[in-house]
Amino acid sequence: MNFPFLIIQFLTGLASASSLFLVASGLSIIFGVTRIVNFAHGAFYMLGAYLAYTMTETLTGAFGFWGGILIAALGVALFGTLLEMSLLRRIYHAPELFQLLATFGVTLMVEDLVVIIWGPDDLSGPRAPGFRGAVDILGHKLPSYDLFLIVLGPLVLLALWLLFRRTRWGILVRAATQDRDMVAALGVNQKWLFTSVFALGAFLAGLGGALQIPRDSANHVMDLPIVVEVFVVVVIGGLGSVFGAFVAAVMVSELNAFGILIFPKISLILVFAVMAVVLVWRPWGLFGKPEPVRRHGFALAVRPWQPFNARERNGALFGIAFAALLPLLIGLVAKPDYFQTVGTEICIFVLFAASLQFLMSVAGLASFGHACYFGLGAYGAAFATKYFGLPMEAALLAGPLFGLCGATLYGWFNVRLSGVYFAMLTLAFAQITWSVAFQWVEVTGGDNGILGVWPSAWASNSRIFYWFTLAITVLGVIALRRITFSPFGYGLRAIRDSDLRAEAIGMARPKMQWIAFVIAGTTAGLAGALFAFFKGNVFPNTLEIPVSVDGLVMVLLGGIETVSGAIAGAVLYKILAIWLMNLTDHAKVVLGAIIVLLVVAFPKGLVGTLQEAIARRLARAKVDAA
Amino acid sequence: MVASAPAQAQQDEIKIGEINSYSALPSFTEPYRKGWQLALDEINASGGVLGKKLTIISKDDGGKPADAVTAANELVSNEGVSLIAGTFFSNIGLAVSDFAKQKKVMFVAAEPLTDAVTWSQGNHYTFRLRPSNYMQAAMLAEEAAKSPAKRWATIAPNYEYGQSAVAVFKKLLSAERPDIQWVAEQWPPQGKIDAGPVAEAIAAANPDAILNVTFGPDLVKLVREGNTRGLFKDRTVVSFLTGEPEYLDPLKDETPAGWIVTGYPWYSIDTPDHAAFLKAYQAKYNDYPRLGSVVGYSTVKAIAAIIQKAGSTDTEKLIAAAEGLEFTTPFGKVAFRAIDHQSTLGAFVGTTTLKDGKGVMANAIYHEGAKYLPSDDEVKKMRPQE
Repeated sequence: MNFPFLIIQFLTGLASASSLFLVASGLSIIFGVTRIVNFAHGAFYMLGAYLAYTMTETLTGAFGFWGGILIAALGVALFGTLLEMSLLRRIYHAPELFQLLATFGVTLMVEDLVVIIWGPDDLSGPRAPGFRGAVDILGHKLPSYDLFLIVLGPLVLLALWLLFRRTRWGILVRAATQDRDMVAALGVNQKWLFTSVFALGAFLAGLGGALQIPRDSANHVMDLPIVVEVFVVVVIGGLGSVFGAFVAAVMVSELNAFGILIFPKISLILVFAVMAVVLVWRPWGLFGKPEPVRRHGFALAVRPWQPFNARERNGALFGIAFAALLPLLIGLVAKPDYFQTVGTEICIFVLFAASLQFLMSVAGLASFGHACYFGLGAYGAAFATKYFGLPMEAALLAGPLFGLCGATLYGWFNVRLSGVYFAMLTLAFAQITWSVAFQWVEVTGGDNGILGVWPSAWASNSRIFYWFTLAITVLGVIALRRITFSPFGYGLRAIRDSDLRAEAIGMARPKMQWIAFVIAGTTAGLAGALFAFFKGNVFPNTLEIPVSVDGLVMVLLGGIETVSGAIAGAVLYKILAIWLMNLTDHAKVVLGAIIVLLVVAFPKGLVGTLQEAIARRLARAKVDAA
Repeated sequence: MVASAPAQAQQDEIKIGEINSYSALPSFTEPYRKGWQLALDEINASGGVLGKKLTIISKDDGGKPADAVTAANELVSNEGVSLIAGTFFSNIGLAVSDFAKQKKVMFVAAEPLTDAVTWSQGNHYTFRLRPSNYMQAAMLAEEAAKSPAKRWATIAPNYEYGQSAVAVFKKLLSAERPDIQWVAEQWPPQGKIDAGPVAEAIAAANPDAILNVTFGPDLVKLVREGNTRGLFKDRTVVSFLTGEPEYLDPLKDETPAGWIVTGYPWYSIDTPDHAAFLKAYQAKYNDYPRLGSVVGYSTVKAIAAIIQKAGSTDTEKLIAAAEGLEFTTPFGKVAFRAIDHQSTLGAFVGTTTLKDGKGVMANAIYHEGAKYLPSDDEVKKMRPQE
């Protein structure tokens, strides 16, 4: 490895850093001001690339190319503006993370829409005029487009710095980042501030995507990898810090450029490993500041949770009895086999979603990596079957055990953080675990998974297995509810609503949250083990981000401020997903649209909205009676 | 998507279940669907099979093994299909194959390339159409051995497909040419290649030749960076799948010349079987076929031949009929081997070249699959005994 080579590798890394920074800065700005975890940022990036493809293919010449890039980025900014005004504005006051659900719905729609509009093929656009070739540096060839990007990154950083430091708009935005309510109280029209910030963020994402056209092809799967990567970059740099995003982008890209020389297989986990280290060492990222104290506490403080009263308990019992009798009822009109398997799948995800809800709603810890414990449970069951030849009954126990071990280890680090940083550290551990499962082919079978994890003979009948799963799920959910209404559960809620006061009266925050994390992880592990025997196999994608996101969607759909709303969320989401997959190749656009509609119609989730309505009626009845 | 027919028609039709990654991988599965629809139309126009109409019920698996199992379950227990077919990704192929074994249903895997489908995880119920990873590696290694290159580097996506493609290619080429050195390897994550640093890292080892296993968007990025940086200049490059129109066409005028690739040169295949297929396909769709079209078409033709020979839709009779069955594809006559249920469908090997600003395969020669499989003894050792 000689000196010129190291220089070239460094410059190449810088070019990657610039493209990463463009997208990441937009995400950071949006989060800093609006507190929206904008999942649709990857979709903006993808739209930018597709629009740029169309523009640069239609317009010609040098102006055509650069003009096309700019038009594409502006088009994405317009799309972002419309999205903010029509959708997000309606839900700023919904519970935290609800906006994540809305932007997730938009992402699903865009993924399908680009295929419908631009067709299934990968599209490669033209090279940038004037930047087709390479520049000779110390006997190596560096693409001149890389040089262009290396210059562009810092220029954008400078422009953003000027914008935030030297304009009135920038000052208002910075003030809003510090304290939104104070800015509003001073008579600044927050609505337009938020809209303009969102438009700027979308513009940067669109620009980032458009500028990839000379390097990459536009394709319908480019959104998820980039959104995950820029989240990591933004978190490493510190949320809301544009400079931090720049430093983190350079750091990640350079580590990658040099890391692959020593460990060629490392790039899969490198960014996540870096993020985990940074977050453990500096909980708010490199240049971030501690999150400002929340003014809006949980709305629950007004109407605290109550255990079931007699009527509600009867309702729940009726629901369980109905679920148990369902195969017999369906058997009257159709062959029940298929419906039993769908029912089993729903039960498993009810348990998984309930475990996540326990973590999110009771302990106030929103995890983006809950799939980790689901997947660990599935692998635990598979290992027990495959390597120790255990029967299903014993192997099922290995699932929660694996979930417990994983949650104990990771949880210890996780609970040191809170808010979005907590979420991102859980994501990092989930991704690290996923890449171990993905790459350790000798043990896990890698991508080809572990096959032949079928239930014991007595449970292989689909009806028996449904009842078996239903029973475990019911017991699991009851156990979680009992913990919620135990003294420990009350303590968790106290910490969630005000950790300062809770600690002041002597509650050990980290320890209690750690225990809650382990409880949730163990339950998710149990669901994962059931899933392994249900499907007969385990693949690394049980650990992947989409499974975590599915869990989040279920909890948010049900209502994050409820005790067990996730059950309704899981049932509804799973039925919709399976039914739509069956119905059309473009299930995602429909599912995404339904999610967006539900978000607007029920900003507190289905069960949350229902409870609200009942409570209001009861209150009215009380007034009338008086 | 074909809706299930009304009950009274069920006596006169044979239902096939089909699963593929339609939403996750449309660039392959769209032409694939066109291919099987064409075959289905042809079969039903000439009277169906066993005097009955052939119906295909098609499902999307969204690129996820778990969803593929859900779909397979529905096809078998709700729709009552006679057998299942399809799949693209190796892990989905394996998941469905294990499902078929558990539920005792026949499964004709169309595309998944992993060797495990017919060997280490092979089973009585599963057959596979496409030439496996091993077969394509063997064809490419044979060509690579002719190159004087001694120092080899590899670039492959970091998952089972990439890893086993490199492993088999290395083993076969080193056996043929003990003088070869393996000087560098890069394992970019699938779909996320950071092409610049990867290209430089390979160039730094100064190899004479490069083996590439990346495809799709990763390949576009690698080719663009590699071209600009002069990575492929004066080097032998051997590349899996690159000659398939699905992956070659997006490279456009940047297609590097002289790569040794496997693929599908639909424009230069001069056989009656292919000419008939090409004509029918273009007449029906006004588009040229991709390799996916051939896979979809041949899968359904194979299934029709199996049912015809079995004279029934009983699973055991179908399997018995399929073992050793010879059927016609656009690439000529092929057979399902009785020993491992692998078809002897081959692949075209040729070199890439630029023609009218587009990448094409030149000097493409069809390599029969049967010649690139290990000996029966070796196969027996790899395949679990039942």
